Amino acid sequence: MAKKIPRSYEQDIVGDGIYSIRKVLEPPQESPNHGLKYALIGVSALFLFFMLILPLIVVVWNALREGFHVYREAILDEYTMKAFLLTLAATLCAVTVNTIFGIFAACLLSKFYFRGRQLLATLIDIPFSISPVIAGLLFILTFGNVGWMGEFLKENGIKIVFAVPGVILATIFVTLPFVFRELFPVLSAQGKDEEEAAALMGAGCFTIFRRITLPHIKWALLYGMILCAARAMGEFGAVSVISGHLRGKTNTLPLHVEILYNEFHTTQAFAVSSLLVLLAVLILIARNLVEWKRK
Amino acid sequence: MYVEMRHVNKTFDGFHASRDVSFGIEKGHLAALLGPSGSGKTTILRMLAGLDRPDFGDILIQGIRVNDLKGSKRGIGFVFQNYALFRYMTVADNIAFGLKVQKKSKAEITAKVEELLELISMKNLGKRYPHQLSGGQRQRVAFARALAPNPQLLLLDEPFAAIDAKVRRELRTWLREMISRVGITSIFVTHDQEEAMEVANEIILMNEGRIEQIGTPEEICRNPKTEFVAGFMDARRFEALQAIK
Amino acid sequence: MEQQIVKVKNKKGIQVIPGFGLSLGVTLTMLSCLVLIPLASLFLSAGQLDLKEFLAVVTARQIVSGYVVSLSCAFFAALINAVFGLILAWVLVCYEFPGKRLMDGLIELPFALPTAVAGISLTFLYSDKGWIGTLFAKAGVRIAYTRIGITIAMIFVGIPFVVRSVQPVLEKLPRQYEEAAMTLGASGTYIFFRVILPELFPALLAGFGLALARGIGEYGSVVFIAGNIPYKTQIAPLLIMTKLEQYQYADATAIALVLLFFSFVLMLLINSAQIYMQRFSRS
Repeated sequence: MAKKIPRSYEQDIVGDGIYSIRKVLEPPQESPNHGLKYALIGVSALFLFFMLILPLIVVVWNALREGFHVYREAILDEYTMKAFLLTLAATLCAVTVNTIFGIFAACLLSKFYFRGRQLLATLIDIPFSISPVIAGLLFILTFGNVGWMGEFLKENGIKIVFAVPGVILATIFVTLPFVFRELFPVLSAQGKDEEEAAALMGAGCFTIFRRITLPHIKWALLYGMILCAARAMGEFGAVSVISGHLRGKTNTLPLHVEILYNEFHTTQAFAVSSLLVLLAVLILIARNLVEWKRK
Repeated sequence: MYVEMRHVNKTFDGFHASRDVSFGIEKGHLAALLGPSGSGKTTILRMLAGLDRPDFGDILIQGIRVNDLKGSKRGIGFVFQNYALFRYMTVADNIAFGLKVQKKSKAEITAKVEELLELISMKNLGKRYPHQLSGGQRQRVAFARALAPNPQLLLLDEPFAAIDAKVRRELRTWLREMISRVGITSIFVTHDQEEAMEVANEIILMNEGRIEQIGTPEEICRNPKTEFVAGFMDARRFEALQAIK
Repeated sequence: MEQQIVKVKNKKGIQVIPGFGLSLGVTLTMLSCLVLIPLASLFLSAGQLDLKEFLAVVTARQIVSGYVVSLSCAFFAALINAVFGLILAWVLVCYEFPGKRLMDGLIELPFALPTAVAGISLTFLYSDKGWIGTLFAKAGVRIAYTRIGITIAMIFVGIPFVVRSVQPVLEKLPRQYEEAAMTLGASGTYIFFRVILPELFPALLAGFGLALARGIGEYGSVVFIAGNIPYKTQIAPLLIMTKLEQYQYADATAIALVLLFFSFVLMLLINSAQIYMQRFSRS
């Protein structure tokens, strides 16, 4: 009778296949089914072209449609620049906070055994599974005038909702699990032996982290930070709820695009979008470089 | 007794890994914890090292109860099954780690590392990284790293498991000689009776979390106390080994 | 002896590696401040709702149609993504061809591209005057400002989830599996559906679930292409947004709660299906 292998915690979170034998990376055997191969590649290429590449072309084409002059003006516009700076600031904050959180949480869940690990992992994933609009709503219900902290904040003259702190908080919220999600599988696969060995020799937690854990996760960490930055920069729903769309104050780049578009400044909207497309492409290149370095 | 366990019990989620384990090992002895896989050998070793805590029972080192003492304060060296070498440090840095943590002077560390590299005959390989070494070399580095902080007790978890069969025999002899040269009390875990008989001068035979018999290889082979021991130890193998020796 | 053991058993484990308290403290504090407390606020506000009002809000025709639009479009989008995601993962793992690296690198584009940009771009592409929209308009099919458009936007945001869930599993699938089946004389189709697909299914389901969850909650890329026609193409997150703009916080909370409930039930269903599938693939 076949013996059932109990599923480990890591498998539950990371998914399957971690423990199966790694496929030898030989080129796949020449199958006689060349037709199928090219049909599948063709379908994939077409799908990606229509779903991913064409929208990019559209952005660039529309942005430059009325000439370079209009394009330049749209980008150098005062409000665009202010929105750009806010987006940059929010992204920076989100990446910093989420890196700290990701490192601590991933170490906690992969190096220590305690009750409630599974529950904690589920809680960390919450921001992934709820709508960004609801994420924004959460902060309004906490810090807004109707929120239970609203009174207190008002008395002390702190403004979070419809202000920059709210925008930053919402961005942090939606991107919270990114770094954790990248680090956790790597740390789990590494096991705890090296750390235990160091601990047995009497090393403290910072020494262990700096000398043993960190060198191990540095690429994964960078990768997670890049993904986090990508998402933070483009966040729309949550920020839209909480920002109040105050031009030049709480407007991020994506919100600025929306305003321009709704005011029928289509070309300008696409011009600002092209800025975001450029950032997205840069991020993708960085992502691929990091992945390539990792291997 | 140098190392002692008294009525130690340990369960993991309902699985009884140790059942009333009691034994003692004299200073300078080299003992083997022998048994089939799942018999609870590694659990015993991990409890000695402070990596696991017994549910019940006492662990004594040099007559002092160490149950609540951190592993790093017990004066032990531990060689992990897969060696757990720090893969982002050179061989020399691996060996020096324990000393650096103890904030020893630079000169002292260099001297000690040199001495240990000499001992394991890897003098010229100090700058290599673990992934550039063979299995046997890795084991020797792990051994040197465990010895660096001058422990009083050396614990080895399946030290030969990750090494291919050809080199294994050679390494067994090497390890036995090394340990007797350093003169350190040692306990190692193995599932291979031949290995236990060849290396150890005392065997603790375990099955299903219980100690079946304790004694010298000869005693255990000649006078098995239980049916399990008789089945697990092959007396003819022992005679053959004696003949080779 | 046995009884005595049970009595004195000390269940307190030890943490060998130092830093447990610190990590636990930092993680829990940050998680509480950033996620749990705001989430609690939602339930706090929900507790203040009158049950009758709550029901009146969430069963209003406009709101119900919002749920239907969000759920049905997200479902179809996730389904289409499951098919194309599987094909993409298969192509990326099993075949060698020029441009493969580029194709692989592009998969994360929907992560990196801000949803608002994707939204206006897709709208332009699929509106009646857009590059693709005109072709379909001639055939009498309208895409933008209909549920088809919403589905397309949701497909866009969901692609990476399926591909990136299936890809690693496919990479680690032991080749022997396939070979064993081949020596038994199984045909390619048979091997795929009876040997490989069952192995991939849990990962595929996980990717489907993630894409579905993302689709249900998606706002940025959908609002532009949806056209937001009441009873027809208003999605649930948009309805929350509308209520918020009218400062009807209680109504927004009610709609959000029901939406969260749907996501939660779906996730639960998918998780149990995954566990059920695993019973077969791991025995």
